[in-house]
Amino acid sequence: MVNLAHLIPVFPFLAFVINILIGRRVRRYSALISILGSTISLCLSIYTLVWFLKGSGSYTLFKWLILGGISLNIGVIIDPLTCMMLVVVSTIGTLIQIYSIGYMKDDVRFSRFFAYMSLFMSSMLGLLLADNFITLYIFWEGVGLCSYLLISFWFEKLSAARAGMKAFITTRIGDTGLLVGIFILIFSAHTVYFSDLANLSAASPLLTAAALLLFCGAAGKSAQFPLHVWLPDAMEGPTPVSALIHAATMVAAGVYLVARCFVLFSAQAPALIWVAYIGGITAIFAASIATVNNDIKRILAYSTISQLGFMMIGLGVGGYSAGTFHLMTHAFFKALLFLCAGSVIHSIHTQDIRDMGGVFRKMKITGLAFVIASLAISGIPPFSGFWSKDEILSEILRKGHPFLFAIAMVTSLLTAFYMFRLIFLVLFGKPRTEIHPHESPKVMTVPLGILSVFAIFVGFVGSPFMNHAFQKFIYLGQSHESESMKPDYLVMALSTLLASLGIGIAYLLYVMNKSILPQRIRRHFTLLYTIVYNKYYIDEIYDFLFIKPSIRLSRLASRFDLGVIDGAVNGVAWIFVILSRISSWIDRNIVDGTVNMIAKIVGLFSLILRRTQTGYIQTYLLIAFFGLAVIIFIKLIGG
Amino acid sequence: MSFPIMTCIVFLPLAGGLLILFTPKKNVGLIKTIATAATGAALILSVVLLFNFDYAKSSIQFEECLRWIPSINISYHLGVDGISIGLVFLTTLLSFLACIGSYDIDIRQKEYFFLYLLLSTGMLGTFVALDLVLFYVLWEIVLVPMYFLIGIWGGPRKEYAAIKFFIYTLAGSIFMLLGILAFYFTSTPHTFSILELGQTTGALSLSMQIIIFIAFYLGFAVKVPVFPFHTWLPDAHVEAPTPISVLLAGVLLKMGGYGFLRISFPLLKDAAHYFALPFAILGVVNIVYGAIVAMAQTDFKKMVAYSSVSHMGFVMIGLASMSVTGVNGALLQMFNHGIITGGMFFLVGVLYVRAHTRDLNKFGGLGVKMPVYAGLLIVFSLASLGLPGLSGFISEFMSLLGSYAEFQLTTIISVLGIVITAGYFLYMLQRVLLGPLNEKLAGFSDMSKREIFVLLPLMIIVILIGVYPLAALKYQMATIEAFIQKIGGGVF
Repeated sequence: MVNLAHLIPVFPFLAFVINILIGRRVRRYSALISILGSTISLCLSIYTLVWFLKGSGSYTLFKWLILGGISLNIGVIIDPLTCMMLVVVSTIGTLIQIYSIGYMKDDVRFSRFFAYMSLFMSSMLGLLLADNFITLYIFWEGVGLCSYLLISFWFEKLSAARAGMKAFITTRIGDTGLLVGIFILIFSAHTVYFSDLANLSAASPLLTAAALLLFCGAAGKSAQFPLHVWLPDAMEGPTPVSALIHAATMVAAGVYLVARCFVLFSAQAPALIWVAYIGGITAIFAASIATVNNDIKRILAYSTISQLGFMMIGLGVGGYSAGTFHLMTHAFFKALLFLCAGSVIHSIHTQDIRDMGGVFRKMKITGLAFVIASLAISGIPPFSGFWSKDEILSEILRKGHPFLFAIAMVTSLLTAFYMFRLIFLVLFGKPRTEIHPHESPKVMTVPLGILSVFAIFVGFVGSPFMNHAFQKFIYLGQSHESESMKPDYLVMALSTLLASLGIGIAYLLYVMNKSILPQRIRRHFTLLYTIVYNKYYIDEIYDFLFIKPSIRLSRLASRFDLGVIDGAVNGVAWIFVILSRISSWIDRNIVDGTVNMIAKIVGLFSLILRRTQTGYIQTYLLIAFFGLAVIIFIKLIGG
Repeated sequence: MSFPIMTCIVFLPLAGGLLILFTPKKNVGLIKTIATAATGAALILSVVLLFNFDYAKSSIQFEECLRWIPSINISYHLGVDGISIGLVFLTTLLSFLACIGSYDIDIRQKEYFFLYLLLSTGMLGTFVALDLVLFYVLWEIVLVPMYFLIGIWGGPRKEYAAIKFFIYTLAGSIFMLLGILAFYFTSTPHTFSILELGQTTGALSLSMQIIIFIAFYLGFAVKVPVFPFHTWLPDAHVEAPTPISVLLAGVLLKMGGYGFLRISFPLLKDAAHYFALPFAILGVVNIVYGAIVAMAQTDFKKMVAYSSVSHMGFVMIGLASMSVTGVNGALLQMFNHGIITGGMFFLVGVLYVRAHTRDLNKFGGLGVKMPVYAGLLIVFSLASLGLPGLSGFISEFMSLLGSYAEFQLTTIISVLGIVITAGYFLYMLQRVLLGPLNEKLAGFSDMSKREIFVLLPLMIIVILIGVYPLAALKYQMATIEAFIQKIGGGVF
């Protein structure tokens, strides 16, 4: 068999080039071009997986850059993590692009949309294949760019334009951390390759710092607290974009990065525990916001943030396979959730769940898929989310973090609650406003169906029924002892119970009591409700602490530049002008004045002496006579 | 003696300029053709140069040396090495493209193109002169046409900007002249040859080196421009016509950085080591301060001008690191900045021709009306803010990496500049392209074929270097390695 893995990102990229150049001419066929590109990638990804299972691995392509002593070769990494992610990303990517044909049908920039989607697919697949930090960083920023372009895809809306900018800048703050982390690794470990990270087993403060800085990048990308603010706003983008980029794939890149550098993190215990706690804070924090939000997409966005936090906890406590397992299952059910939400929005043109209700009767397929995905994310057996969430929960407990375990449990409860609050308010009950739901076309419902199948069954690969095949496949190294393969029935029972409780409360509040009870609860906890409803005022705090001051600073600097520095330049020029005026005055009045004065004195004398030059002979003779008389007189006296 | 290719490249534009002097003033078409042909021929020759350049060699190639004023050892000495070849190509390319971009000039075309071609010769000569007196003469020649080009064809405050530019740079170069004389009188035998001085100046005492270094620094720092000598730049840019802004940012600023690489650092290496830290700190100030000031600008051109101040800071920190990676990054950054910012100024010009304003708050929503323009502006902005996959990233990354090896803290501060840069470029894109369409702009047409023709080569280079940086780096690596060995710097 031949090495074909490096071609995986090439085909979507070609689709991008074709669509950006002639997309407007081929119009609707641009979708087919993009889908063809990612279908080829899907086939190649499966081929790579098979190829890997037959015992082949990473390889190098060509020399790309020389940095000091390190010659940087572009290569691809083929290991269980990459193979898994490749298949997941290309599968979901292909399905979402098919769905987009229906969703974006009437958009004026139809071909542009598919061009960007293909560019995203290319960058994301490239990111997964990168075998060193620098290539990873390049694709990392590439997916960030696509995210920016697609969030502000409907750029005529100012809110969309702003959301794109916010996403780019917020993630870039994390990325600068990543960049410095890479610098530290290059100088302290003399490597940029992931494969060399295994040699850095000794704990050192510098490497801990490097790991934490890498985590900054991961936190930005995966919208972890305190860099999570961009993801809810990113919902301004078209819903397929939210599904692909801001739920299933790109936001998972941060989790992927931590998993990719897991050997580095696990050698630096302080860094790892940071990952776990940041994940924990994010998980419960975002879940609490989701319980009171009213925008269907934003609820799902906060849910994504929360679930990514969950994965971080899993990785942070040392559960490599648990974290990556949840990464995979989440990709399917969260993509499904967004596509269902998109199908509803496409049909009734509103995003506010208070305006919905009773949609299920008219949209059976969408509704069914929505319920399946919600059961999966809530962790109800035997849906996929149950298995992966359970893995994380039992890992936390086994590694001895009771506090984190409590946080994770509460998050599970909240997750089930807010998901079924959404389900009950959107799908069931009576319509609360004039809406006319209708089922979406087949091109949208078929991907929903396929993803539903995944959302139900994909968890089995990591369940005891399949002998934890996933964990054995993905696990790093030889020994499986550090992670338990034994099912923890107590945790399973407890988490199922909590999830059911969450669904039960949602049922109680939103089906049994219509809207009366929530109102009353809200009145009892007004302060708490207001704080959570306003997303803990994080945006306002950032605005006050960072954005406004930096705008003020830049205006101040600009005035300083104009006033002080340029002022100094103009001041110097002005001083020279004044000096030149002074010296010109001196020149005119003193230097030239002296000359003129001498001339004047001479002139004055000449004025007097001129009178002697009358031209009359008589006068001259008279003067000569007088002169002679004076001389004689002097001679006589002096004698 | 073989074909004098260096002389041809340098003086072809001037020859075209002289030809224009004998062309009737009314025949504007012929004048433009001559100017385009002259710059085009220089561009073709520089491409020939690129293909025949042996990049494994670190020494001077295509050397031409004639005695000029033998009594005081001044010679007509030209040649290129890895440091200058990229800049020569950059200059011929931008000269050619900006010449096509100058077709919009509608008054006194004859004088304009003559001065333009004279400017082109001056800039090219500066990069290939290997004799200090020749270098100085060509360096100063650049000022004269630039003064008139801004002062006659510029905007409302053209006289102020032209005089400020002229006097400021002239004041700087006076000190440089003193430095040149100091070199001459301290060397034995007395010489102005940069190559010969390279053999002997190592013996100079540190205090002498420091004095000469400062003298040259004042000349070069104004050109780069290094904070706080940068305020001529925004004024000159805002007032200059578009093609002149392109050359100003694309080429003239590089003369300063080139001076450091060609003269200050190799000839005064002890002083260079002595000043490395302040040099790096000034670089960081350029990066961060330039970016912060750029963020506050409402004039599109002024924003790009301040972004130049910021980007040239990467050249400074790369140089200050005196490491192979850092200096390679600095030199590549000069080339990349020329291409990217040159492109940015063209793009500002495209908008200015249509709107007759550069006020960023008066645009909005142009992405709908001008999709091609939007695409190009996005690519150049992303390259400018250092997006990986485009050329700016590679050189900034290398400069930062090299700098990190020597000065960790200053490097980390300069990384902040990257975030601010992303901020103001995206904010600019939002104000120009995104949001609801400003009704006053509804009649705008997208870019013409000529405008696209000017920008396309630049975009191709931006992408090519971003994707495969060795395409550009291979020309300079051997020279830089020898350079670092000579001045005694680090590997990274």
